[in-house]
Amino acid sequence: MNQKNDFFKKAGSFLFDNKVMIAFAAICLAAILLSGSPMTFIVDGVFTRITRNTFTVLALIIPVLAGLGLNFGIVIGAIAAQIAVFCVVYWGLGGFGGMLLSVLIATPLAVLFGYLVGKLFNRMKGAEMIAGLILGYFADGLYQLLFLVIIGGVIPVDNPKLIISGGMGVKNTIDLTGNLKYAIDSVRMVDIVTVVFYVVLAVTLIKIILHLLKKYQLNKGDFIFFGIFGLLFGISYIPEIEKFLSTDRLILLDALTAVLIVLAILELIKIIKSIWINKEPLKTLVKPIVTLLVYGLIYALTFIPEIEEVLSYVKLPVLPFLLIAGLCWFNQKILSTRLGQNMRTVGQSQSVAMASGIDVDKTRVIAMIISTVLASWGQLIFLQNIGTFSTYGAHTQIAQFAIAALLVGGASVQKATNKQAIIGVILFHTLFIVAPEAGKQLFDNAQIGEYFRVFVSYGVIALSLAMHAWTQFKKEVQPPTGGADLEIPALPAVTVKQQTLK
Amino acid sequence: MKTIKEIYESIGLPRLIIGLFFICLVVVSIILGFSPAALFSDVVRRWLMYGTLVLAMVPGIQSGIGLNFGVSLGISAGLLGSVFAMEISFLRNWNEVLGAGAPWLTLLLALIFGIIMATILGTLYGLLLNRVKGSEMTVSTYVGFSVIAFMNIVWLSLAFKNGELSWPLQGQGLRNTASLSGSFGGLLSNPDVVQSTQPAWLHWLAFKIGDFTLPLGLILVFALLCFFVWLFFRSKMGIAMSGAGENQLFTTSSGIDVDRMRILGTAISTVLGAVGIILYAQTYGFLQLYNAPLMMGFASAASILIGGASVRRAKISHVLIGTLLFQGILVTALPVANEVIKIGTLPEVLRIIISNGIILYALSKTKGGNQ
Repeated sequence: MNQKNDFFKKAGSFLFDNKVMIAFAAICLAAILLSGSPMTFIVDGVFTRITRNTFTVLALIIPVLAGLGLNFGIVIGAIAAQIAVFCVVYWGLGGFGGMLLSVLIATPLAVLFGYLVGKLFNRMKGAEMIAGLILGYFADGLYQLLFLVIIGGVIPVDNPKLIISGGMGVKNTIDLTGNLKYAIDSVRMVDIVTVVFYVVLAVTLIKIILHLLKKYQLNKGDFIFFGIFGLLFGISYIPEIEKFLSTDRLILLDALTAVLIVLAILELIKIIKSIWINKEPLKTLVKPIVTLLVYGLIYALTFIPEIEEVLSYVKLPVLPFLLIAGLCWFNQKILSTRLGQNMRTVGQSQSVAMASGIDVDKTRVIAMIISTVLASWGQLIFLQNIGTFSTYGAHTQIAQFAIAALLVGGASVQKATNKQAIIGVILFHTLFIVAPEAGKQLFDNAQIGEYFRVFVSYGVIALSLAMHAWTQFKKEVQPPTGGADLEIPALPAVTVKQQTLK
Repeated sequence: MKTIKEIYESIGLPRLIIGLFFICLVVVSIILGFSPAALFSDVVRRWLMYGTLVLAMVPGIQSGIGLNFGVSLGISAGLLGSVFAMEISFLRNWNEVLGAGAPWLTLLLALIFGIIMATILGTLYGLLLNRVKGSEMTVSTYVGFSVIAFMNIVWLSLAFKNGELSWPLQGQGLRNTASLSGSFGGLLSNPDVVQSTQPAWLHWLAFKIGDFTLPLGLILVFALLCFFVWLFFRSKMGIAMSGAGENQLFTTSSGIDVDRMRILGTAISTVLGAVGIILYAQTYGFLQLYNAPLMMGFASAASILIGGASVRRAKISHVLIGTLLFQGILVTALPVANEVIKIGTLPEVLRIIISNGIILYALSKTKGGNQ
């Protein structure tokens, strides 16, 4: 009886915690059913949009961690990327080399911008979100001034493909076909494997040298790590596998199979470890075995013709997905570093952070720099995938859509995870794809669907900001001191600072 | 020396820069040979056109909710009132039945509808803002955006008979910009409209002195609105509201219901937004639907800040000075930019930079208005 209650309680709290996500999933499902679009079209579209947008959405996570809220300032990162893209296209460079150069130009710009934004936000603690939003518009104004007046007007630029015929100002759209289009998407798997192998080789060699210099102690893990990559590199020379790897796109079915195999191997290693090495009781094995069965079931499901058709229709560009996975890993890993811990403390309470000797302002600036740089890379991925660079429009909605996607995934102003970002991107963009068709079926007007999705993206932000402010307000009112409208965190912060100064 | 410093401080750096810039633009445009009379007619017209929308910021700021970016709520109410009034006027065939009185009745009806809806929406909105104290500006920005997006759906689904409003050959949806020339467009401000449609005893509403157009009717209406707001803040209730915005703790202890004052302030702000957009459309001659009002809240907030208001304190004089400077720059920059550097979009870029720059400046001065 008790257990049953417990289950309901748990289910209830799960539903409550994920209410935004569940409600949105329901809307998506209804829209999919209404639209009657073929699954191949929807899944293909969603994966294209995952490629384009996930990186930027993931760039939002670190500022949330550091208590800066949803970073509307990522627009500025996107602007850094776009300046870089313009330079590279103007110099007539392209391909992967051109993309690397874009990264080299965009990164220092984004670091500078992120630093300035961070400094500004430190002057406006507690109002970062509204400041970021306005700052985004302000930066857009300066960007327009740069691209409309300064380029061509002050700096002479002569290129009829890029410049408006009067000689002043950059054209509305810049075609990236033939230079940066698919510069990241079209990197072959074989090249990725080779590069990764050489990087691992170099790292291992450095480790060995350091070991010989007695500055580093080599351990078993290093060799296993190197061995695995050596093995993978070796396997890539088998003709069939080489042929498979020499493409740049991966069919979703293959990708899913590969992911399932890797996960299953990891799970098996866990089982073997717990049986033979840790000698744990058999009861602990239930969970891993169930997980294995689930993997098997998922694989079995791919044999259903309808699902198989969809899965083998969708092709994924490999490198963007690896980059997204890498960023997820980075977001996860940074938590266990000193910097990540500091950010978390700052995010929870600035006064506590100050008391424990953390430089709050510096930590916040670093968080902003990281987020801005990541956003600029995200914009590079976006632009190279979409293939046309809309000079005055590509960056304007990025913060809006990225933040809405993150919130749809169930994140809040104070808490955001990789999982929420990815779920959010999938749900939000599913709605984006099916809404016009659903609107057409339901109201006989595709535009209603289009307006509906814009409404949803604004509405979900409004709702979650309001809910956050409401809970914050309730928290602040509760203390019996009665100082509801005095900024409570600020007061102890000042006194603590004085104490540490002594 | 002290007096110069005092004067400088009372003007403030941003107002000084913007004021000098405006004067420079005026001088340059006169040197370039633009007719000063025509230029100033335009400045006055735009000043009055945006004036009431900027005035809507005052009750919001005074009651403590900060810059009311959610004035879009009031704007939507005003637009909705206007389209309903125009549709009723069309269905009842007022233009033939009432003649010269038709635009007046339409305008009145639009105002009544708009004010009623704005009162209801503003009160609900005030209730919401009382629950999000400390983040009003962020929340109100997105509430404003959501309302405009929602209204887009409404505009698209309304099926009206009036050909000025709805797309031809389609059963559904309203135009992006609906002309008010057959209705109350220019009734208070356009001499041509006044002379041709109104009886002689009303010709004083808008007339020309040489090249200069004096929209006396609009000036009177705007002055009256300013006077009412001024009077309200001299009343007992208005003083209580200013107190609520200034120091909640003190006001609570002196027995004033702070939450009620904030709701009242928000509602008045929303109502003024509704009246403001109707006067705006009246002067402009067109009803702009869909995404046109999306950023109007920002422009209004920027105007009052340029006038010298902070996110905690605002006066009628701030409204007058701010709107004059901001709109004056935009009006004069266009011909100058076209003549000197031949870029027509420059005033638009200028508008974005100035309006958002001034809001950022004000936010950084007051720590985001949270103090």
